[in-house]
Amino acid sequence: MTQAAFFSLVAGALSGIAIYGLITQRHLLRRILAVNVLGNSVFLLLVALARRDPDYVDPVPHAMVLTGIVIAVSATAFALVLARRYYSETGLTHLPEDEE
Amino acid sequence: MSGVALPLSFFVPLLTALVVFVIGVRRAYGVILLGALTTLAVALYVAYAVAVGGPQVHYLGGWEPPLGVELYADGLSALMLAMTALVGAGVTLYAGPYLRGKGHDGERFWPLWLVQWATLNGTFLSADLFNLYVMLELLTLTAAPLAAMAGDRPSLAAAMRYLLLALLGSMAYLLGVALLYGGTGTLHLREAGELAGAEPYTAVAAALMTAGLFAKAAVFPLHIWLMPAHSNAPAPASAALSALVAKAGLYLVLRLWLWTFPALLSAPMGWLIGGLGAVAVVYGSVQALRQPRLKQVIAYSTIAQLGYLLLLLPLVALPAAAVSAWHGVVLHALAHGFAKAGAFLAAGNMIYCLGHDRLEGLRGVTPYLSVTLLALGLAFVSLMGLPPSGGFLAKWLLLEGALAAGQWFWGGVVLLGGLIAAAYSFRVLALAHAEVPHGYAEIRSPRRLPPAMEWAPLALVLLAYGMLLGGVPILELLDQGAPEGVR
Amino acid sequence: MSLDAVHELLPLWALLASVITAVVIFALRDHRQRQRTFWNLFGASVKLVLVLLMLHGVMLGHSYEVVYPVLPGVTLLLTVDALALLFAFLSAVLWLVTTVYAVAYLEHSGQRARFFGFFSLCVAATFGIALAGNLFTFFLFYELLTLATWPLVVHRGHPAALAAGRTYLAYTLGGGVALLTGVVAVQAALGDVAFSAGGIPAFSDWAEAEPFQATAVLALMLAGVGVKAALVPLHRWLPVAMVAPAPVSALLHAVAVVKAGAFGVVRILQDVAGPEVAQTLGVAPVLVALAAVTILYGSVRALAQTDLKRRLAFSTVSQVSYITLGVALGGPLALLGGLVHLVHQGLMKITLFFCAGYYAETRGIHRIDELDGIGPRMPWISAAFTVGALGMIGLPPVAGFISKWYLGLGALEQGQTWLLGVLVLSTLLNAAYFLPVLRRIWMLPEPAGRPEVPPERASRWLLYPALFTAAAALLAGLLAAWDVSPLGWAQRIVEQEYPAP
Repeated sequence: MTQAAFFSLVAGALSGIAIYGLITQRHLLRRILAVNVLGNSVFLLLVALARRDPDYVDPVPHAMVLTGIVIAVSATAFALVLARRYYSETGLTHLPEDEE
Repeated sequence: MSGVALPLSFFVPLLTALVVFVIGVRRAYGVILLGALTTLAVALYVAYAVAVGGPQVHYLGGWEPPLGVELYADGLSALMLAMTALVGAGVTLYAGPYLRGKGHDGERFWPLWLVQWATLNGTFLSADLFNLYVMLELLTLTAAPLAAMAGDRPSLAAAMRYLLLALLGSMAYLLGVALLYGGTGTLHLREAGELAGAEPYTAVAAALMTAGLFAKAAVFPLHIWLMPAHSNAPAPASAALSALVAKAGLYLVLRLWLWTFPALLSAPMGWLIGGLGAVAVVYGSVQALRQPRLKQVIAYSTIAQLGYLLLLLPLVALPAAAVSAWHGVVLHALAHGFAKAGAFLAAGNMIYCLGHDRLEGLRGVTPYLSVTLLALGLAFVSLMGLPPSGGFLAKWLLLEGALAAGQWFWGGVVLLGGLIAAAYSFRVLALAHAEVPHGYAEIRSPRRLPPAMEWAPLALVLLAYGMLLGGVPILELLDQGAPEGVR
Repeated sequence: MSLDAVHELLPLWALLASVITAVVIFALRDHRQRQRTFWNLFGASVKLVLVLLMLHGVMLGHSYEVVYPVLPGVTLLLTVDALALLFAFLSAVLWLVTTVYAVAYLEHSGQRARFFGFFSLCVAATFGIALAGNLFTFFLFYELLTLATWPLVVHRGHPAALAAGRTYLAYTLGGGVALLTGVVAVQAALGDVAFSAGGIPAFSDWAEAEPFQATAVLALMLAGVGVKAALVPLHRWLPVAMVAPAPVSALLHAVAVVKAGAFGVVRILQDVAGPEVAQTLGVAPVLVALAAVTILYGSVRALAQTDLKRRLAFSTVSQVSYITLGVALGGPLALLGGLVHLVHQGLMKITLFFCAGYYAETRGIHRIDELDGIGPRMPWISAAFTVGALGMIGLPPVAGFISKWYLGLGALEQGQTWLLGVLVLSTLLNAAYFLPVLRRIWMLPEPAGRPEVPPERASRWLLYPALFTAAAALLAGLLAAWDVSPLGWAQRIVEQEYPAP
């Protein structure tokens, strides 16, 4: 198994876990975490793509991953602030329609 | 000169946002207006340059693809850019007095809105799939805080829901881009289309990107976030979100399917996506019919109206229908932009004057809000596609395409959607005509509207009617750089 | 712009006259009554003058055409031919008259700016329908008319008015969808085709190649205009819409909505399909049968009404179908009868509604049995009513007789003798529901203790319009042989539709 194929498989598994988490978890922190795991799986796939030719490393996916990480950090930061604000306003850690 | 205009349309609102953020809104109100007007001028100039000289290209910083980012404006981009600029100028003029009247200075609103405007322009001008991802994320990151601005429980929940779904959508989109890049080695929108045939990995990439964009554009069945998010935002933000941001997602869907994945556009695929659009048209309209508040009606109407745009995909593969349907869909996007922004701003006026937007409150407000109600009525007429509005021209062209190709089903969807839209519109307008119930005493006379708020909605809506005079030049502009099948 | 260019654009100026009037009136505040009245009358008069100029031009053999490309392959086309002028002139005259009446009638009600704004817009739409040179333009103004009349129907704002508005919209917008489908199907099949006297040649070729599609499209379009023409079973909105103020009823029944539908039937049968194609496709005979049913049904229902306005409404349902009948029959004589009835019914019915509004406004009379002995008390208005009613029955020399005469001749010409029976029966029914009203007005003694209401000053301006239209109805019959009488003008149209070999 090449390195690229291995990383791709790991990325697939990670994204499966992330989507499972996003669907089953109600707690907002866990959902934000799931989105982050999903993002990392995509980044991993991009890194794997950069090595799809064993003799040559493609720099473009690396640039994409770097940009992607920056965006993911800011999105996570905003999501956390929003979740905090939501908690302080309502005392809830999950969205209203998820109430049982 | 024209090359510089493309980056300018992105950087002018962005720089304005920075200045406003640094020196504060109170001292920068003039800067905001100046920035908005400059952006409008630049956007109109881009449209003019494309109309005269064909598609415009600019490489940021002189770096050519694959490493550099290409900005590209064809007829479609130019039209979306111009529509965004006109709506944006209206929203900007409106938001100042609205926010002042609601008692806050818009410290949070202005930078977000200006960055959002820049991002919208960037979305329409990018020819690079990854750059588009960045723009999509920025759209989410500006739209979610705008939706949360009211800071109460429903708007925070709505923003949170929107944010999670939109982030999921972005990731799906990025995954699709990664697959496409892995297969073709390019991120360029058209080049990727030329290199990628109808292979399995392109199909997966197309599915992922489309699904991701559907989440961002609130296409049925990923629509749940839209109504609460758009109806709880402050009125100028609602106008921008509904008229522009959600549409940017669908713009990209159409762009991808026509420019990058035309090889995949088989009849079943067209039916699948068009079918989702048809369900959205009917579902959104029926829901709009049942809402108790004006902004909710208008927000559900957005879900329905965006559905029309997807009806292009089953029609565009049929030569008899392609050109009419394409023209119709783009006119629809433009007319909806103007009418929807006008409608939300009109609803904002109602909230400003009465303190709420429950439909029952429309009884007896005619003397105070006559200009606003006129704008609202005209906006609804365009949304239901009746003459002499731009919405009517769009409906005519879509119908003509569908009937020319013998596609009576899609024609029926267009007509049915118009009828239900008429039902929810006249439900609202009838209340504005209804007499005040017996024994009703006015607690306090409604507030007077500042002139900018009174006239901005009407001006925006009238732009949708101006399309009746400008239909031919608009469609000639659209033909600049359009793909072979739809010219 | 040279004077010639200004002259060529006359149709546009005449259209703008009412659009601008509408905008100005919308902009005026509610209490600016004098200014509003001035603009109303000014706009209506300017329009009438412009229409007269065009009438003069057309009589000299000039033809006007205004073209604007709206979309690639779709044009906004205003043309002035004899048929267009017939309807345009009728609406311009009756608008002026109705404006005078409406100003007096609504003197004390609220929301007058909105009312008169939409009132003007309504006439602009009617004018556009009259001058439409192709199906796109026709549809555009046809739907605009729906939009402009709805605020008038719901004007009073009480629950009954709102319910009537809903019914009105359900019927007219539904009809609009049928019409749009047909119109767009024609556009998709034939491209941008202008109306042409005797039928569009491309349409008859299409009807030969694709008879099934052409039939369906023609039926859809006729169903669409049939709603406004109040053909059974699409007529239900008309009596319901009676809750609107009297000038609106007059406008709906005599000038704008119903006439727009009937005029649409004329345009589509004569100038799109052509009478022969309509016959061969089997659409015209069905339409004749429907029109015959509507004529009798409307009259029978009118008999049973005790409310004056409702009786008039069902009478309209019946009378408007004379126009449809004449056009659908085919042949020059029947067409002549139908066309001339377009004008005659307008004049007579608007008179009757003016009178009904007058009775209601000055004496609070709504039901027919309250009319006892009102004639000697209010001789002028009652005389006007009598002229209108006798005309509707078809008694010479009032105009209605002329219409019925030519319709009968047309039926004979086409060999449809049974229609004579329909016409006679309808005339008997007309007599049966109008003569008792006249008897109550003139013969029966006034009931004791009727409250003495002093007629208000304004009510004179309710009277003059009614007298004017009654006189016009009478003169249209007396001077029918004149060159520019409605009959003379209709003959000119028929000569174009059926050119002498």
